[in-house]
Amino acid sequence: MKKTRNQKAWFMVLPVLILVAFSAIIPLMTVVNYSVQDTFGNNNFFWVGLEWFEEILASERVHDALGRQVTFTAIILAIEVPLGIFIALHMPKKSGFWSSLCLVLLALPLLIPWNVVGTIWQIFGRIDIGLLGYTLDKIGINYNYTQNALDAWITIIIMDVWHWTSLVVLLSYAGLRSIPDSYYQAAKIDQASGWAVFRHIELPKMKGVLLIAILLRFMDSFMIYTEPFVVTGGGPGNATTFLSIDLVKMAIGQFDLGPAAAFSLIYFLVILLVSWAFYTVMMSMDKENDI
Amino acid sequence: MKINNSAIIIVLYILFLMLPIYWLLIMSLKTNQEILSTFNLWPENLTFNNYKVIFTDPSWYGGYINSIIYVVMNTIISLSVAIPAAYAFSRYTFLGDKHLFFWLLTNRMAPPAVFALPFFQLYSSVGLFDTHIAVALAHTLFNVPLAVWILEGFMRGVPREIDETAYLDGYSFFAFFRKIFLPLIAPGIGVAAFFCFMFSWVELLLSRTLTSVDAKSIAATMTRTASASGLDWGVLAAAGMLTIIPGALVIYFVRNYIAKGFAMGRV
Repeated sequence: MKKTRNQKAWFMVLPVLILVAFSAIIPLMTVVNYSVQDTFGNNNFFWVGLEWFEEILASERVHDALGRQVTFTAIILAIEVPLGIFIALHMPKKSGFWSSLCLVLLALPLLIPWNVVGTIWQIFGRIDIGLLGYTLDKIGINYNYTQNALDAWITIIIMDVWHWTSLVVLLSYAGLRSIPDSYYQAAKIDQASGWAVFRHIELPKMKGVLLIAILLRFMDSFMIYTEPFVVTGGGPGNATTFLSIDLVKMAIGQFDLGPAAAFSLIYFLVILLVSWAFYTVMMSMDKENDI
Repeated sequence: MKINNSAIIIVLYILFLMLPIYWLLIMSLKTNQEILSTFNLWPENLTFNNYKVIFTDPSWYGGYINSIIYVVMNTIISLSVAIPAAYAFSRYTFLGDKHLFFWLLTNRMAPPAVFALPFFQLYSSVGLFDTHIAVALAHTLFNVPLAVWILEGFMRGVPREIDETAYLDGYSFFAFFRKIFLPLIAPGIGVAAFFCFMFSWVELLLSRTLTSVDAKSIAATMTRTASASGLDWGVLAAAGMLTIIPGALVIYFVRNYIAKGFAMGRV
């Protein structure tokens, strides 16, 4: 669609600007401020330059947390994206009662408060009172997410798959629904295989929404805090201490404002860079579609 | 209905989704003694006592009221600033529009953990700590960009010709906006409201950091009770079940738009 050039449009954007400036820029500047200063208490701050950044970049603790975070996000994306597409391909094609019911049930985990998701899985995985933990224990599998790091990881990954795969399903499903029937009929006439239909019709049509799905899943899994915090509290040891958990420990637990602020900025920057790359790809695809 | 592979896969997947929720539900209907002593797939002595505890104890049901207040506030604030902005982004080009749009989105990407402490200091210094409006404003950080993004997607789908015809018919801008444009994108507004509601409702970290007593959210109430007494599983499960209800209600109302909404109107 062609847009007209009109600088007065700024007035319509102004309320958003003011609001976001209040709730984003002021706090962000506070963080920047802390990241270059140190204090001995009593509000006496002095300039330390980039010392905190150097400390954080060299800190083993942060490296470990980053490593765990990247591993976690990679596993999550590798499971949720293919599984989400797979489920979406098997959703009822015709709209009606069944597809509405499926959609509502699928969307349900997305609307459960994150700490309740944590609580649900915390209970579900316990060997004494949880269905999953109890069953595993009874069939002789040694499972205990509070003691064993691997079990904790498996629990958190299954929990995240349970919680968020529906988002990928819903997005892919929306993409699939936009394919006209005539495409499928043409494919039938050409006797295209199921794989060919998927590869050359369904996948290209889903590409746009899939990018949104991957972007959202990347951002949210990279910032995950509440669910693992409730289930494992970052443990056993530090096995499931992801970046956000580590950051909150540093900032609010230990009140190390300087390092925490430097950590925050680096953390934000990493997410921003990856998201920016995605966004650029998405926008260039949007442009192709518009023409 | 014909039984085929697809149906089996979907049913299995939905079973996987529902099983943990089912477990929470039956746990909320058991007594603590039964939860800890016996292992049953359904409650032996059905009890609603856990729910009764929540509905009679102000520190519990107050949490729900507080949460609903700030969620509704947040939805109203987010939508009322996002609608004009989304219109501007969808209809006009102006100096710096693309950068501005991306900058808005970056706020959706900001980890709440980064903002928790500065928010605490900011709202304490302006005297808003432990009020509903503080949480509502803090949540606009990620809800406003999202609302702008979704609404812009929907608004782009409305042809420009409609705007122009309305002006030719003598509508003023505001009359056009209210009488013609808003009804046209009503589904988009519904979806955006749904998302604002959802993300504000499910968020824990900021709402816990910004409240202590008067505006304490249900999510915070649950974590604090869990850490303090720790073992009242029945009540905890009942509280969890009750937090699912508003979400389920909202989904029911927007069920026909969910799929499109999750695609941000970009299908």
